[in-house]
Formats: sequence, structure tokens, C-alpha cells
Amino acid sequence: MEQKPTVLPKRTELHMARSMCWHCQSEVTGEYFCEQCVKVQPLSKELDYFTCLGLPRLLNIDLEALEAKFYTLSRSFHPDFYHNKTDSEQAISLGNSALLNIAYRTLKDPIQRAEYLLKLEAGSAKDIRTSPPADLFEEILALQEDLEEYRQAAPSQNQAALEPLKAKLASDREQLEQRQREMELRLADLFNAWDLLHAQAESAPVDDRLRKERETILKGLRELLSNRTYLRNIITDLVAVMA
Amino acid sequence: MARILGIDLGTTNSLIAYMDGKTPRVIAGKQGRAMVPSVVAMTDNGLIVGDPAKEHLVRNPERTIYSVKRFMGKSLADVSDELKYFPYKLHEQGGVIRIQVGEKTYSPPQISAMILKELKLRAEAHLGEDVRGVVITVPAYFNDSQRQATKDAGMIAGLDVLRIINEPTAASLAYGLQQKTQGTIAVYDLGGGTFDISILKLKQGIFEVLATNGNTHLGGDDFDRTIIDLLLHEIRAESGLDLSQYADQMQALRLEAERVKIRLSDDVKTQATIELPEGKGTFRREMTREQLEALVSDLIERTLSPCRLALKDAGLQPSQIDEVVLVGGSTRMPLVRQRVQDLFGKVPHCELNPDEVVALGAAVQADILSGGTQDMLLLDVTPLSLGIETMGGVMSPLIRRNTTIPTSAKEMFTTYVDGQTSVDIHILQGERELAKDNRSLARFQLKVPPLPAGVPRVEVQFLIDANGILNVTAKDVRTNQTQSIEVKPSHGLTDDEVERMIGESFKFAAEDLKARQLIEARTEAEAIRKATEKALGLGGHLIGPEETRAIRASLESLTAASAGEDHRAVRARIADVEKTTHHLAEVLMDTSLKEALQNKKLEELP
Repeated sequence: MEQKPTVLPKRTELHMARSMCWHCQSEVTGEYFCEQCVKVQPLSKELDYFTCLGLPRLLNIDLEALEAKFYTLSRSFHPDFYHNKTDSEQAISLGNSALLNIAYRTLKDPIQRAEYLLKLEAGSAKDIRTSPPADLFEEILALQEDLEEYRQAAPSQNQAALEPLKAKLASDREQLEQRQREMELRLADLFNAWDLLHAQAESAPVDDRLRKERETILKGLRELLSNRTYLRNIITDLVAVMA
Repeated sequence: MARILGIDLGTTNSLIAYMDGKTPRVIAGKQGRAMVPSVVAMTDNGLIVGDPAKEHLVRNPERTIYSVKRFMGKSLADVSDELKYFPYKLHEQGGVIRIQVGEKTYSPPQISAMILKELKLRAEAHLGEDVRGVVITVPAYFNDSQRQATKDAGMIAGLDVLRIINEPTAASLAYGLQQKTQGTIAVYDLGGGTFDISILKLKQGIFEVLATNGNTHLGGDDFDRTIIDLLLHEIRAESGLDLSQYADQMQALRLEAERVKIRLSDDVKTQATIELPEGKGTFRREMTREQLEALVSDLIERTLSPCRLALKDAGLQPSQIDEVVLVGGSTRMPLVRQRVQDLFGKVPHCELNPDEVVALGAAVQADILSGGTQDMLLLDVTPLSLGIETMGGVMSPLIRRNTTIPTSAKEMFTTYVDGQTSVDIHILQGERELAKDNRSLARFQLKVPPLPAGVPRVEVQFLIDANGILNVTAKDVRTNQTQSIEVKPSHGLTDDEVERMIGESFKFAAEDLKARQLIEARTEAEAIRKATEKALGLGGHLIGPEETRAIRASLESLTAASAGEDHRAVRARIADVEKTTHHLAEVLMDTSLKEALQNKKLEELP
């Protein structure tokens, strides 16, 4: 597969793990099948999901095209079509299908896609936040007080007396959901900024300005993603308590 | 390429189907019925399976096994609340239920294997060739243990189980083949013992499952039980009899409850009739569809929340579903259809016979595997999250539910103590936070070299294959050596046990043959007896009284032999009757020939 240039030097270099067909030992030039003996080739374990699905490392993805590619590759790799083949080919088909399915699932979802790209580009997994982000501090604190009050009151009091508390929690929830939507809008901005940077890096030599820009975007992504996850967990808890 | 067949191994009925060119067809038995009741009777003469076994439910309740699918991959504790409905005795050994019949015990896969063998024989008789490779369907919401148990059943039956596929997705293949549908479909599958909902996207021959949900312990059996409980209560009130103390009457009651339920799908009222023991006469009760619906309404309601969860997981609103397909005999109930229609806001499809559609779909999948059908591909999902137990008894998920299969996850393990040589791993399936609330699939010990704590690094790969079955491999990262893992299933048979059961099944096969031969001989004896009686009626006056007496005598000894258990004796008496009636047959033949000739002459007269 043709290697798309990515933005700036990566910490993890892509390895083309195979250079030779496992079966006929000829040099493989085909993407997924040996051009000599037409045997399926194992996808490299180091292959990143974008490359696996033939996509540039962008954050805005054409979902229709992604699905079409996924379906085409599924027809190439799925174990159903290797039933009459050798054990080695069946094992490769199984491994390739598993990788393809995980790649598709990850890239289909914008949040998982961004988290994955962050891992590829910045070399580490997402941050797990244990305390509320600064700009949400007061809202979360207020919510936690309301929740505590509700938890204590819920078993003893009658439904009518709980109504004002419930209304308060509902409004807390609405407010938090509004904050989540705001975060997602900011994420969309960062997605665009990343894709723009990617285009610039392809057409011009990479300079310090681009390098700095890249660091800023990745840092912003990391922060937003972890804040969003934190907020989502809070909302899930809230919904669970109220149900 | 040998032919591969498709099998629907159902709670109540099982079917086998094959691909006839481009059309899947179910294979009917001698009586023309495609469905084989999933009932196994252990008579003194060996095994009887299917329709003839069903007769033994009342005659021989403790030795006649039905609905065994409810026990596949289960422990005794899983089914404790329904034990009272079963006349046969159950206990547990090695985490697996064992069914006690007389002196012997059988695991659920062994009983299922007997049903599979019956289907195999039927297909072999129909196709005139050996049958080995099969695709077997399971409820989509079956967990790993239940799938593995189904695969074991196939092995014990001497079959090569090439694929386990989900029942609702199999049904979608049958529908897709017929209609070339595109779009989003929901398959609502309510069978005898299980419920599944699957949401699929059909596009250019790809059947992509988006989400699935269900309940592997909810189906027509449960509807029957509401009727049983009602009738038990009323009979006790009316006659003071506790029918539940009579195993045979309970089976008669169960079968009548099932018939009442079935009749009320077409009629708005019907009568339940139960013969009571102890000379208490007959209990009769009129039952209306409305009354039945009141009884089962809550049960039907319980199918709807899995539907909503599946929609949520698929990220869809009910209105975004283009087509709804009904599968399983229980979807014949008008109230089920109504509730499904209300939920999705459209009239559900039921063009294909809901009893046969799963087997037909299995045949299509079999044809895909053998390379016949190439334009269709099924991308199914794993129904339950898979994880491992971590510190503090918490479940740490590795593969989320509704992930497209095959799929895999890797986890790195190390040691906590210097010189530790093994790490215990407990594999779980389910959606709950705590390990104890989830299904325990298996445990295994990972071997590690004795090194300072934290130094060993063993990578374990959990791979769910296209059957939805888990495979575990481990690799020492430092030495790059793979290690084989002996996984001890929590609720499954070990490889050794399966081996032993395969051996035993050959022994059963001999007994099967004996039972089959007896049934066939008895059926033939009955046919000959009827024909002879008829011949005596027609031509008794044409032969002497001595001859008539001889024929009568031979018939009597035939009847006596039929009541016995030796098929050879029955065959010998059949031959006897044929010999004694030889002359009578000739006389009748002559007479009818003469008559025929006379008629002809008469007709030919101008």
C-alpha cells in the first residue's frame, strides 16, 4: 500500500513487517494478496487503522467511503471465504478480519477515532481525569451536593416532597449536557484545524510554526477528550441515580 | 467439495435443510413433516427421537427428555426455578447439568446429539449420501458456554460443525435471498425457549449486524406454563387433586396447554380438556384468546426492553427500521404481532414459515462456506461483553458487546511477587460491574518464569472467532515463545469428556438401530394386519373355514409379537402371515380380475 505522508515525524515508525510472500517467497507487491501466487497476506500487526482502511490520518472522515472500504476488505478477508483453503490461509483470514473489524469500529466513531489518532501521533493513551476540569468545577460541586441530598431523601420521603429536588437535578443534567455539546463543537473545530495542518504539511516543508501548531492541536485534543469523558461519566451516574 | 447442510437445533422442534441449486429446502421425513420434535425417549429398547418419542412424554415421562436446549451450557443453579416443570431428574457434575434417566446420566450435549443424529439420518436417506459438514444455529444471545455446548453436541453426533450461526441472522439470510432487500431490518425471534432481537443493515449483499439482544430463557414454554399454572390451580379447587404429583398427567396437561395456546392464535375461544386420575373424570374449561393474552402479556412485555436496548446500541430510533421480520413459532400469537407492530410502527413480515426460516438460512450460510453462494456475506457480532476478573472482584471488559466478529483483544500480564510462577486468569462474559454478577466462562493458569515481581511479561490474546467462540493464546514477550493454555470451562464439558461421549454415542447408535427396527417392524405389522382383515372381509367366503382359522391364528401371533420388544420375532410373524394369506390373495386377485373382465365386457356391449 502506498504510504501517505503524515504530519511531521512520528514517534512510532510504520513497519512494513513483510516484504516476502509467506507462501511462494516472491516479493509481495500487491496490497493484500501476493501477486505471484494470489495467496492472502497477513496484515502487519504494526499496521495502523488508518492505513489498514486506506485512509489518510485525518479526523474528518467520509463515513460512506469508510463503510464501502470496510465491506470490500471484509469480502477479501472474511473466514467464510477461506473454508476450503489451507490452515495457514484460514489463520491469516481470521487475524486479518479481526484487525479489520477493530479498525473499522475505532474509526467509525469520531471520539474513538480522535483518541486513536492521539495515541498514534502523541504516542500515549488518553488521560484519565479523576478531578473535575477547572471550568466545570463549580457546576460539578453543586451537582454533587444536590445528588447527595437526593440520595438521602429518596428512600424515606414521599414522591411529592422529592419533586423539587428532582427538578433541580433535571436542570443540572440539562446544563451539563449543554456543556458536553459545547465541548463537542470545540472538538469539531480542532478536527478541522488538524486536517488543515495535515494539508499544509503535504504541500509545504515542515517548519517550526507547523511543529508548534501540531503540538497545540494535540494538546487541545487530549484535554478536551479527557474532559468530555469525565463529564459523560458524571451524566451517566446522574441518569442512573434518577432512574 | 462435500455438501454442507444447515441445522436449526430448536427448543421444541429441529430441522435440517440443504441448498437445492439456488433454493434452500428443508428435508421432510417419511410422514412428510419437516419438523423433528426435539424430544428423546429412552425406552427399554434404546432411543427414540422425534414424533414417535413425543408419544412417550405421557406414557414414560421420567425417561423422555424435551426442551433440553434450555439446559445447554447451564449449571443447575441457573435453572433452579423451573425444575418443577420437568418430570426428569437433574443434577450437576463439573459445573454441567446431568440428566438422570434410570441408571444412566446424560449431559445436555449428549441429548442434543441424539436429535442431531436423527436429522443426519434423515438427510442421508433423502440425499443418498453421507452427511458430515453442518452449520448449526443458536440463539444470538447464547453465551460462549452455550455455543460451545452446541458445538460439543455436533461432535458427539459425529458431525463436523463448520460454523455456529445466530438464528435471527440466519433468518435474515433466508429473507434477504428471497427479496434482495436493502436497508435496516429488525429480526424479532421468539421461539420455544429463547428470545432474540437483531438489528441488521443490508447493503450490496452484506448483512451487517449492528446490535443484538435477547433472553435465552424466554419463549413459548413460558407461555405454556402460565396456562399450566392456571389449570393446575383450577383443577385443585374443583376436584381437590394436585395434578403436579402425577408426572404423566403433568405431561398431558403441558401438551394440552400448548395445543390450547396454538388454537387461540386462530380462534378466539377454545376448550381445554384434561383426563383426571383417581376416577375423577374429565376437567373441561373454556378459554378465550383474551384470557390467554392477559396471562402472557407480561412475558411479551419482557421481550420489548431487549428490543429497545438493541435499538439504542445500534444508534437507531424505531422509525429508522425499514422492515421488521418475525421468526419462531411463538410469533404466530396475534398479541405478539401487535406489540411488535406497536413498537416499530410498521406491519411485520411473516411471509416465510417462521418455523422453517432459520433452517433455510442455515442452508444458505452452509452454501456460502462451501463456495456456492458468493455474493452474500454475514458480519455478525458478539452479543455479550467479554472480560477478565481484576483485583477486588471487578470485571474489566476487553471486548465490548456488539463488536463485529471475528475480533480480538490483547492484555499484558505480569507478577506481583518475586519468583511467582503462575498467574490465575478468570474469563467472564456479561455487562455487570462485578465479576460475580457475570457469567464465568473459564479459568486458566498462565505459566511465567520465576523472576523478580513485574519483570515477566506475558501477552494473552483473546480471540472471538466467526462462531462467536473464544480462543485464548499466550506469548512470553521476553522470549517470544507461545504457550499452550489449558482452559477449564466453568460450565462446559472438558475435551476428555467430549471424547468419551463420542465413543459412547457409537454404543447408543447400536441401541438406536434396534429401537428403529422395532418401530418399523411394528408399523409394518399393523399395516399387514389391517390389509388382512380387509381381505378376509372381502374374500372370507371364498376360502374354507380351516384356512380362515389358520389366518386368524397367524394374525394373533403377529399381534402378540408386536407387543414384545424383538423386531426379529415381529418380522418372522409378518412372513408367516404373508405365507398363510398367500392363497387368499390369489383368490381375491382372480375374482377381481374376473370382475374387471366382466365389467369390461359389459361396458363393451353396445
